[in-house]
Amino acid sequence: MKSPTELETEPIDTAFETQNPTVGIDQVAGDFKYDVTYKYDAGSGLSEDTVRYISTVKKEAPWILDFRLAALKTFYSKPMPTHWATKDLENIDFDKIRYYLSQGQKPKRTWDEVPEDIKRTFERLGIPEQERKFLAGVEAQFDSEAAYSNIKDIVAKQGVIFVNSTEGLREHPEIFRKFFGKIIPTGDNKFSALNSAVFSGGSFIYVPKGVKVAQPLQAYFRINAENFGQFERTLIIADEGSEVTYMEGCTAPKFSTSTLHSAVVELVALKGAKIQYITVQNWSPNVFNLVTKRGVAHEDAEIKWIDCNIGSRLTMKYPGVVLKGRRARGEVISIALANDGQHQDTGAKMIHAADETTSTIISKSISVGQGRSTYRGQVHIPKHLKGCKNNTECDALLINTNSRTDTYPAITVRGDTHSVQHEASVSKVNEEQIFYMQQRGLTEGQAMSLAVNGFVNDLVRQFPMEYSVELKRLIDLEMEGSVG
Amino acid sequence: MSSLEIRDLHVAIGEKPILKGLSLTIHPGEVHALMGPNGTGKSTLSKAIAGHPDYKITQGDVLVDGKSILAQEPDERARAGIFLAFQYPSEIPGVSIANFLRAAVQARMGEGEELDASGYYKRLYQKMDLLKIDRKFTSRSVNEGFSGGEKKRCEILQMAMLEPKYALMDETDSGLDIDALRIVAEGVNTLRGPKLGILMITHYQRLLNYIVPDFVHVMYDGRIVKSGDKSLALELEARGYDWVKRELALI
Repeated sequence: MKSPTELETEPIDTAFETQNPTVGIDQVAGDFKYDVTYKYDAGSGLSEDTVRYISTVKKEAPWILDFRLAALKTFYSKPMPTHWATKDLENIDFDKIRYYLSQGQKPKRTWDEVPEDIKRTFERLGIPEQERKFLAGVEAQFDSEAAYSNIKDIVAKQGVIFVNSTEGLREHPEIFRKFFGKIIPTGDNKFSALNSAVFSGGSFIYVPKGVKVAQPLQAYFRINAENFGQFERTLIIADEGSEVTYMEGCTAPKFSTSTLHSAVVELVALKGAKIQYITVQNWSPNVFNLVTKRGVAHEDAEIKWIDCNIGSRLTMKYPGVVLKGRRARGEVISIALANDGQHQDTGAKMIHAADETTSTIISKSISVGQGRSTYRGQVHIPKHLKGCKNNTECDALLINTNSRTDTYPAITVRGDTHSVQHEASVSKVNEEQIFYMQQRGLTEGQAMSLAVNGFVNDLVRQFPMEYSVELKRLIDLEMEGSVG
Repeated sequence: MSSLEIRDLHVAIGEKPILKGLSLTIHPGEVHALMGPNGTGKSTLSKAIAGHPDYKITQGDVLVDGKSILAQEPDERARAGIFLAFQYPSEIPGVSIANFLRAAVQARMGEGEELDASGYYKRLYQKMDLLKIDRKFTSRSVNEGFSGGEKKRCEILQMAMLEPKYALMDETDSGLDIDALRIVAEGVNTLRGPKLGILMITHYQRLLNYIVPDFVHVMYDGRIVKSGDKSLALELEARGYDWVKRELALI
């Protein structure tokens, strides 16, 4: 491990590769890699020194280092959750992973200032273009740190804060410290503890009272390095009566070794606020994607998670809403596509903690080939509450007889004034359907893609236009690729 | 000259032979009716020509305009001009007829060519007007919850949009009441023309009252055993298939 002081004086190596990327960008959008020289590198493996290194390069306040070191202890003390989750987790080699890689801690405010070797990755992913077209602000994280972060003037003038986690904790502690780690405590699970120890990057957002951010804020998470672990930390606070939509996208090049992505995302919707959080996850098939996401909805507030998981080797993610205030509403819309060699273990948690709260879970999973999808849902309505509602719907689509789907809904409802509905279905794309579509001139891949798009169509219609187009494109690519 | 030529076709499902040497040539502009008792292999013929993976061709050939299509995938055959109007069309939940047809039309275009959306809808609405189909119809999911008549009209609309050279119509009259039958037959008659060859597979003569064929073939035990003009269909109706069977036994 290089010491941070030593690194400060080191010249930046600008001799990066200038060759054109490999051909075939249209086939596998995220699967490309440019060589990048890192100025800050915590080395491989995890120890107290790793944590101290990260905290030092970030010039953090002492309380944050203490928070990190305590989290590291929690991480060590917690067993892998393989008693209920897949044994594939045991294949993560924590000693091989690199926990911090960056070219610097301060994101640039214009694309012109972003180092060329990083900028071209984001240009190729179309981020600057999307920003111009339809976003209120963008943060583009490259490995451990945001390389670019900007918010449109018109939004900033309304008092909206959109910064990375380091900046958020350093410059606005009075706003963020109050909620940081409170919605998802360090010890929530082994991976939230790991994130709490080594977190870097992610977005800290504050939307002032009554401000409705018209265009979405977007973060793009890019893993570029091999054997890397990305641990972004996001905290969004929507003050009373405010509204915000946040979207995140993610890709990584495909490596033969495994990569770890373990984020923690906390949302706070204060009285009457609305937060919509949209994810389109397209990690390469060597990424372990183990993410903890939860929001607290206060009185009359609404939190909606739209969670699309297309990529990764293993995803374990169960976005949740704690319905803390009267008439709060929570919604999880989840789409998971598990292709050969992938396991999408996804679902939702709805914890009702006030009267007349409403939750909705709609989960659609698609398993292709040897792909495996698992739905885990937890709905909790305690006895002392009145007039709560939950509607859970999970539908699975199987393409090919080797694919597998499991559903583990856990609904605990006590008391007699609640209304709960649960529906589940499993359907198959059969040979006759495929033949029917092929007879109209579609290739087998196009036919499967159309069947999958039809299956998720009613959910995708709720997405912002740009994301529904993106999701359709990703499904098309996956299905084209799945035809032998 | 253009033709769909079926040459000495032998087809098996699993180990079981169904077609045992069937030959038939259809030219654009012609309507051929293929009749015969249940279980003689009428539907097998249409599925085998379209390339259904369960139907194994053990001998013979199928040629479109002189070129064998047997090595082609079902979608390649479709794009070569073969259209199968299914007896039991599949449901595709969540996919509207308009989007399904759009994908099918797009699939016929060259690499890099983009379908012009407004032109597509204009043409779709023209065809719907021609076939007297309500505009709302195409926003429904393909065949999902359709009545028997709606399913068949959906097939005819697809045929109209995809403009095949050769249409194989598999028991298009089955499951239809007399009104639905008339509507569907009107649709087929509208599409009938010098550029389209039709093979109409039917068990009953009544469809042929509405769609008058140029040729009638009678199938029995995997072969065509008798061919003639439309009067053969009338004779079959009057005398039943047993008449053909008895005649065959005499040979």
